[in-house]
Amino acid sequence: MRISCPHCGERDRREFYYRGAAVDLERPAPDAGEAAWDDFVYLRDNPAGVTRELWYHEGGCGAWIVVTRDTVTHDMLGSELASEVSA
Amino acid sequence: MRVGGKGLIDRTDPVSFVFDGVTYSGFQGDTLASALLANGVRLMGRSFKYHRPRGVLTAGSEEPNALVTVGAGAAQEPNVRATMQEIYPGLVARSQNRWPSLSLDLMAVNDLASPFLGAGFYYKTFMWPKSFWEKLYEPVIRRAAGLGALSGADNADTYESAYAFCDLLVIGAGPAGLMAALQAARAGADVILADENSRMGGRLLAESFEVDGKPGPVWVDAVLAELGALDNVRLMSRTTIAGAYDQGTYAALERVGHHSGRRTGGAPLETYWRIVAKRSILAAGALERPVAFRNNDRPGIMTAGAVRAYLNRWGVSPGRNVTVFGNTDDIHRTARDLLDAGIHVAAVIDSRHDGPLSDDYPVLRGAHVCDSSGRKGLEAITVRRASGEERIQTDCLAMTGGWNPSVHLTCHMNGRPTWQREIEAFVPTPGAVPGMIAAGACNGAFSTAACLRQGATAAEETLTELGFSGPEMAIPRAEDAPYVITPLWAVPGKGRAWLDFQNDVTVKDVKQAATENFRSVEHMKRYTTQGMATDQGKNSNVAALAVLADATGRGIPETGTTTFRPPYAPIAIAALGAGAEGQGFRPQRFTTSHSASVNRGAPMVEAGLWYRPSYFPEAGETTWRQSCDREVTMVREAVGICDVSTLGKIDIQGPDAAEVLDFVYCNMFSSLKVGRVRYGLMLREDGFVMDDGTTARLADTHYLMTTTTAAAGDVMKHLEFVHQGLRPELDVSFTSVTEHWAQFAVAGPKSRDLLNGLLDHPIDDESWPFMACGPVTVMGVQGRLFRISFSGEHAYEIAVPARYGASLFDILAEKAAALGGGLYGMEALNVLRIEKGFITHAEIHGRTTAYDIGMGRMVSQKKDCIGKTMSERPGLEQPGRERLVGLKPIGESRQLLAGAHLYDEAAEPVRVNDQGYVTSVCFSPTLGSMLGLAFLADGPDRHGEVVKMVDHLRGVTTLCEVVNPVFFDPEGGRVRG
Amino acid sequence: MGELIAKTPCEGLLPLNVGAISLHEVDAGAIYSVTPFKGHREALSQVLKSAHGMTCPAANRATGKAGARAIWFGHSAIMLVGPTPDASLFEHAAIVDQSDAWAVVRLEGAGAEDVLARLVPVDLRPAHFKRGHTARSLLFHMTASITPVGDTAFQIMVFRSMVGSLVHDLKRAMEGVAARG
Repeated sequence: MRISCPHCGERDRREFYYRGAAVDLERPAPDAGEAAWDDFVYLRDNPAGVTRELWYHEGGCGAWIVVTRDTVTHDMLGSELASEVSA
Repeated sequence: MRVGGKGLIDRTDPVSFVFDGVTYSGFQGDTLASALLANGVRLMGRSFKYHRPRGVLTAGSEEPNALVTVGAGAAQEPNVRATMQEIYPGLVARSQNRWPSLSLDLMAVNDLASPFLGAGFYYKTFMWPKSFWEKLYEPVIRRAAGLGALSGADNADTYESAYAFCDLLVIGAGPAGLMAALQAARAGADVILADENSRMGGRLLAESFEVDGKPGPVWVDAVLAELGALDNVRLMSRTTIAGAYDQGTYAALERVGHHSGRRTGGAPLETYWRIVAKRSILAAGALERPVAFRNNDRPGIMTAGAVRAYLNRWGVSPGRNVTVFGNTDDIHRTARDLLDAGIHVAAVIDSRHDGPLSDDYPVLRGAHVCDSSGRKGLEAITVRRASGEERIQTDCLAMTGGWNPSVHLTCHMNGRPTWQREIEAFVPTPGAVPGMIAAGACNGAFSTAACLRQGATAAEETLTELGFSGPEMAIPRAEDAPYVITPLWAVPGKGRAWLDFQNDVTVKDVKQAATENFRSVEHMKRYTTQGMATDQGKNSNVAALAVLADATGRGIPETGTTTFRPPYAPIAIAALGAGAEGQGFRPQRFTTSHSASVNRGAPMVEAGLWYRPSYFPEAGETTWRQSCDREVTMVREAVGICDVSTLGKIDIQGPDAAEVLDFVYCNMFSSLKVGRVRYGLMLREDGFVMDDGTTARLADTHYLMTTTTAAAGDVMKHLEFVHQGLRPELDVSFTSVTEHWAQFAVAGPKSRDLLNGLLDHPIDDESWPFMACGPVTVMGVQGRLFRISFSGEHAYEIAVPARYGASLFDILAEKAAALGGGLYGMEALNVLRIEKGFITHAEIHGRTTAYDIGMGRMVSQKKDCIGKTMSERPGLEQPGRERLVGLKPIGESRQLLAGAHLYDEAAEPVRVNDQGYVTSVCFSPTLGSMLGLAFLADGPDRHGEVVKMVDHLRGVTTLCEVVNPVFFDPEGGRVRG
Repeated sequence: MGELIAKTPCEGLLPLNVGAISLHEVDAGAIYSVTPFKGHREALSQVLKSAHGMTCPAANRATGKAGARAIWFGHSAIMLVGPTPDASLFEHAAIVDQSDAWAVVRLEGAGAEDVLARLVPVDLRPAHFKRGHTARSLLFHMTASITPVGDTAFQIMVFRSMVGSLVHDLKRAMEGVAARG
């Protein structure tokens, strides 16, 4: 598996650390309530199809990136810097 | 038998080798199989289950029968296919799975018991009693039925892994692959051409075809010469493309050293390649199908293509009086090649009624071979026609049931092949592997001309996609014979007709599976073990599913295939893990004091990737406890030195440095004064503790964070995530400086005296109070000094650039010794911190909160931080939570054990009565007792109570008093002293 | 009072010659990570140019020459290798002394690319990775910075503490390449 890093281009998967769904970027306000926080910390979809995930280019440039890929076809559909997604 | 005037072997270069203790002679260019056949050796192995005598079936990597062990001792290599093993001077090979010898195999008694050993026999027979399976049945079965064995000694061979990148990977160097590679190479594309054989050319080396009016091998050599001269081409022979993976990644195994007995130092036996290709062309050829009939496994019976290969490539005839049986015109091609070589063809048996006849040899049309006979080798076959049966004397039967395109790689990414009725075989489904195009025989094109055409077309298509353009190439002239086939899977009749030679699966077994309702091809496979041997059913799967289709009344496409998975051919684990054994397992990180510690006899222990000294033994000390107790006392009474460089150090700078720290720590850092250090606790977003450490404020917008050794990498990742992912608007940067600084703890009442002996400007309590930090000059070198303590003593950590680390360590050791102190290791460090109730990852193990470790009040109410919201969940602060306490033994047993559980004194020590568990223990020389840190339900409210510690694993029960976890100097006077 | 004696990261481990390929330690001078503050990248590039003769490198690029290089070092940082950073830089960037954090070695000789191809999972073909380029990647299990500094020469930087493993892994790869001839 190869992952595109917005800085470094396509690289071997071994250079990357997997975190999980990109939902982690959508941190609720402290007073958002129990349900929102429960959702944010614990609940994840497990889609067959297009997913957005957070990967860290640990063995490379150190960028956190959001990778869009298809878990059925294994197609890599895009990647963005987390810092730009969140900005 | 060697045949004159044929073959690509070097007859001027004889090579002697040993098989089963007998020395034979072959020629350079021979495989073990071709050389043994040349020497008249037909019996090369025993079958897996019934120990039936077997010879070669094929001439390639799909060989199911002729598996041998090469070499001896530590480096012995089992299950080597004799058809792939090139001979070299000094080669020593042994047959397998026989006892005491290949010709007299007593295990062949299994064959007599065969009526009882059919499909499902093991499942049905060895069910009861259950415990017998592991202890009795399986070991016995494994001993009787097996492959070769490893030596059991450490593998002495070197394996290697490597990466390669290209525009186009061409898999297979037969006519289609050569044509594709040539076209792409001429257009300027970066091409890798890989072929599993020692010599490229594919069937052009095994047939008597001409290309462009030249003998096939001559044309091959011309193409290879052109390719070899180009910088943009990498030719990889002896390289099997074993798997196709996502995004154009391919696994390849290169056999680097197997063909030579003279491996120089460092030369790998095999290289495992990971090839990344923008596009690939699969030109893997096709594998010939044997025909199932009674006793079709006798040595001397082989595929017709193998007979031609032995004849044309190696100049060997597998027999003197050959018969040919099959269902395509390949039978005539085989007979003609044999006649041309002067070999007698006894008969050609054509299962078709309308096949061509010949003036040169008898052709029996509409006939089937239905049995064979001979002791340990073929002597005669029985042919059945409408008119009756007849016996024909023969020492070699060449059989063909047609060809199966090698579709395997196109199925590695979940693709399914398509049934093509015209050739009675599966072909690749286009697009099954993104970026891969199939061409030639693996795509169902069986004539040489069609292979050349498809290779060129596939290259053109690929080059266009990649943006290359090259001159159009003329397709060389070559034979373009049609492929006319009628199905021929299994000849009806009694007795055992073999499908899977390697796993001893017969037509009857497959039918029985169907009868017992294992009708799905995947169920049939597992019930009969069809296709589950090391050849993965390359020779037999399609025939087996044809038999299954017939038995279940379905067509072959409806029955479907089993799933082809990587690797295409067996790969040694040693190759997959190349380089990662021994010292290469993972990086070793050494501190600057490593050599000095080792020289002083300190046993080194792993701490993540780092190595740290456990203790520093002195003369007369015989146990670690003696050294540890001395080192602890030394720190408490004088001064001790410990290398703490392994702790993570992160430089944090920028206008928003304070803000980011307030966000990642649960306590405040924006309020910390410049020149001061504060202890910080970091939570995960779920509210549990992630890590702890001290952070120093070096300047207004400049902090230095310390993490634990174990969590340094994770904390860095976390900080970057928080910044890049959650707060990208903050202007701050994180830089790991762990490696730049060599840092040493100087701990004990005499620590300041020691430091003042080497600092250019002496310090005192006023200029350096507890938790002060700042720059210092150490013997002329700029360093940093932190007055922090992990021992509870008056202590400092002094840092200098790593180049001076080794030197400073020696000086510190010397000065400490002069003050009655010395070096201390991890054991003493651990005792010192337990005496003070300081936590490590033994306590912050992922399931404890700030409240649990008695730091609930550190979670600042003035700001938001990672983990704050979730840490305030009611359940995390309710009565009954297990919270940090100290334990001291009070009863007869004085022993405390980490991992033991806690119970009320009178309670039965069972799960429902569990009150908590012990996380850290030590013997405290300071207090003369064992001490423990533990998590106990409502622990802080139970100081003074007696609980029972029970270690069920080690059978220890100890009564303990629950106490304040700060056992020593609870007022903290010493640290400020 | 005694004196602190400096030791280089690879002391006692290098040089190493296997076949046509050599590996030695490089005294690279000072090594400072330079991370521009928000909005200061252009300004930093200008003062870098006037003070040290090279502009800020783009991603996967290195500027300058032997003795004074600016090597792109990742998502946010540049590594200034050689000179001690001029005071004018500090206004525009977080600057951290890393001189003792990194071991710098030079792998050189015909086949050096093949040696790295045994350890580094990036495309090192000369047409794709040449002078002026740089890569942050793995060298077997270690994070590394790899910069081509000649036709058959690479500068490799890894953490100081890992040089034992660096030499072990490179030696093994060098032997594998040399043995093939």
